[in-house]
Amino acid sequence: MLNKDLLLSLERIVGPENVLTEQSDRLIHGYDATQKQYMPDVVVYVENSLQVSEIVKLANQYNIPILPRGAGSGFTGGSLPVQGGIVVVLTRMNAILDIDEDNLTATVEPGVVTAHLQREVEKSGLFYPPDPASKEFSTIGGNVAECAGGPRCVKYGVTKDYILGLEVVTPTGDILHTGGVTMKNVAGYDLTKLFVGSEGTLGIVTRITVKLLPKPAAKKTMLVQFSSIDSAARAVSTIIRNKIIPTTLEFLDATTIECIRGKTGLPVLEKCRALLIIEVDGDQEILEKQTDKILGLLTPLGILESRVAADHTEAEAIWDVRRSVSPSMRKINPDKFNEDIVVPRSKVPDMIRALEKISSTYDVPIVNFGHAGDGNIHVNVMVDLQQPGMQATVDKVLLEIFQTTVDMGGSISGEHGIGTAKAPFLRLEIDPATLHYMQMLKKALDPNNIMNPGKIFLETSPEQLAFPTQLQDDPQ
Amino acid sequence: MIRNKTLQDYEQSINQCVRCGACQAHCPAYLQQRNEGAVARGKLAIARAMLQGEVQTGAHLTEDMSMCLLCGSCVIKCPNKVPTDKIVGAVRRELSRQSGVSLTSRAIGAITGSTSLMKKLAQAVRRVSPAVFRKIPASSGLRLRFPIQGMELRTIPLFAPKNLFAYYPEYQPGDPDKPVIGIFAGCGITYLYPEIGKYMIEILRLLGYSIFFPHDQGCCGIPARSAGNGPVIEKLVRQNVAAFSRRRVDYILTGCASCHAGIGELPETMVGPVEEFSSKVMDIHVFLYQQGLHHSLSALPRSTSRIDLTYHDPCHLRTHGITREPRELLQSLPAVRYREMENAGSCCGLGGTFSIAHYEQSQKIGALKAENLKKTGAQYIATACPGCMIQLQDAINQAGLHTQVMHTLELLHSTLTHTADISRLKELLPSVNTNQ
Repeated sequence: MLNKDLLLSLERIVGPENVLTEQSDRLIHGYDATQKQYMPDVVVYVENSLQVSEIVKLANQYNIPILPRGAGSGFTGGSLPVQGGIVVVLTRMNAILDIDEDNLTATVEPGVVTAHLQREVEKSGLFYPPDPASKEFSTIGGNVAECAGGPRCVKYGVTKDYILGLEVVTPTGDILHTGGVTMKNVAGYDLTKLFVGSEGTLGIVTRITVKLLPKPAAKKTMLVQFSSIDSAARAVSTIIRNKIIPTTLEFLDATTIECIRGKTGLPVLEKCRALLIIEVDGDQEILEKQTDKILGLLTPLGILESRVAADHTEAEAIWDVRRSVSPSMRKINPDKFNEDIVVPRSKVPDMIRALEKISSTYDVPIVNFGHAGDGNIHVNVMVDLQQPGMQATVDKVLLEIFQTTVDMGGSISGEHGIGTAKAPFLRLEIDPATLHYMQMLKKALDPNNIMNPGKIFLETSPEQLAFPTQLQDDPQ
Repeated sequence: MIRNKTLQDYEQSINQCVRCGACQAHCPAYLQQRNEGAVARGKLAIARAMLQGEVQTGAHLTEDMSMCLLCGSCVIKCPNKVPTDKIVGAVRRELSRQSGVSLTSRAIGAITGSTSLMKKLAQAVRRVSPAVFRKIPASSGLRLRFPIQGMELRTIPLFAPKNLFAYYPEYQPGDPDKPVIGIFAGCGITYLYPEIGKYMIEILRLLGYSIFFPHDQGCCGIPARSAGNGPVIEKLVRQNVAAFSRRRVDYILTGCASCHAGIGELPETMVGPVEEFSSKVMDIHVFLYQQGLHHSLSALPRSTSRIDLTYHDPCHLRTHGITREPRELLQSLPAVRYREMENAGSCCGLGGTFSIAHYEQSQKIGALKAENLKKTGAQYIATACPGCMIQLQDAINQAGLHTQVMHTLELLHSTLTHTADISRLKELLPSVNTNQ
């Protein structure tokens, strides 16, 4: 039961109408896209950083967890109140404070929806590149917390490459200002980078200054079909080796293609076993040259068919092929384990082959697609958890996938974060000394462990998974 | 026996929500409120918990469930196409059943608790002839939906002295080779805008169809669905199915987008033999389009002086994929210069009981519409739903614009009845000042 004094204090800070305690209120602020459900003790809608600061101080005083929440669309449990506590909802802090056309920056509140920011800056001929698939509803604050990526990151980089400065409410309630509004800034430690991707465990971001680029004049989209994943992979490395960095370089593997066959507007050939969607952007004249050059490079590699969109409608038809993947996948099996591993670009074909082997060893469908251009593969293990013993099989499959990824020099998460979903696997990638350093940092900045606790680092390691567990977690 | 689908009947659909949160980008209520209770994902989580008996009904739960326009925008954008609009209807019925108090009663309670709203309402009611109002059946959607909304300026004065049933017999034979058309008029057209019903019937008569217009038809049930009044929905559905089974018809046409959804979606909302009735339901624009009317109209010489016109998509047509047909019909008119409006497909903000329970939010959504309308510079805005017409007029009045709201059928009718002299079309339209 929530302390009455705490409740009264919260109501004093944000007004009673913004403090929600009914059972249904708590229920609907206790899940995210992982579909896991927890119950927070209280939900608070905030409007400014001073309120956030006061709430965090209260949380320390009453030793109760505090959970920042944006759109609740994360895939790894970053916003889940796994230990209950106060959910702080930032969706109403959604003002675009400034778009600076002279210095190419924008300053925004964390609740701004990413696509909204993009549309607003594009009105001034500017460009905010990171484009997670959830950009139409995820918030920029959530994007900063998870360091979101997206298809365009091949050419433009990820969220952390665009964050110049932050206002952060620390786990003890102080209000910090990191970085600034300039491209160059080396005053003190680079705290901005520390907070970006910290998954809400080191503080709550209340103001963000992003770097903007001039908006590319045009783009050109093409769809190329291959008879094998190897030829598609060769195509990717050929493009990169010839110093062309496309805006996006998406691939669909054979399993994915089987899912969408017959469901796409554009025809997918009978022999097609891999498919690339390539988009380039820039000035119109350059685009023609680039697409010609790419086609010239790919043709000798034995492509089945290539199609270059003549206009926006045709480009959309190509992207519809990519968009048809998610809905059609659900037809294989009801439960989806959606991972976002990343390997060095050159290892993509090896990784795909390894995934095919794991799929046949454990007899579970694995659907792979994603951002071939930066090695970020969306691995979807499709199962029916109603089948007896399936959860144990999935655990083994995931462990093997992650181990293979790490062995290839990759990472267990490219853009979704660790949260709760991948916490059991973090040790595969991060060595004990480094992990310990991270935990010391967390403990130093959040002595009471109230800021989004239970994320990234596993408090007790699950014994059913045979991990190298030389390093014992600090019980705190 | 026909009955409403219950929450249990929707269990499988409810469980298909994967909590991705994509609905946040498409819900007009969420975009105003930015709270999880307003959006489909939150409502579905509550619906699931209700089914499992894991949540107590509280004031916020009821409030969250009232915060839905039933526009269906979330459904078409949902990766799993979870029919949240239908599920919210079922939740509202369940809440009404549990508490014995309908959401509308509660909503009206909210209005009467507001002095400013009450003043406007009182003014409006004074202008209504009580005699006219008494003639409207108690189960009519107007009782639930329009009287309150109608307080805004010209809505209530529009209550027509004679309703549509008074103008036409039940059956009017046409060309024996052409199909028999059933006319489902709906409350808005029958009582508020009978002239739209007249345009609809007369266009079809001009084209040679036989008309069956049963006088014992009732409300489509959408306002009752919005208000969570289950018994009224069941009564209306049985009444309408019986009315249209008295004579063989090939189509049942609607001129109101909400009615089209109300009587066309019965297999999704009801259990029982409703398929045959609903399968005949078609929006009049789709019908006229299929008959190729836009081709005939396009062949006419273009008028030298044309009006600037735009179109608003009623949610209940847009979410059924009907966006092209009304536009192409309007673009085919010789005296129209069509201008597309930004966000033409976003909800106008009426949303049944939503505009009663949440008048301020409804007005804010309407204001966004007015802003986009202003940018088009159009003198006229056409739409295909009397509900939208009321809300658009309200939004236009609030924004101080002078755009004229009309039903697409009015323009089609004018053109068809005066094809000999196209230039007269402009004179026939409601008078607005044009400089040409």
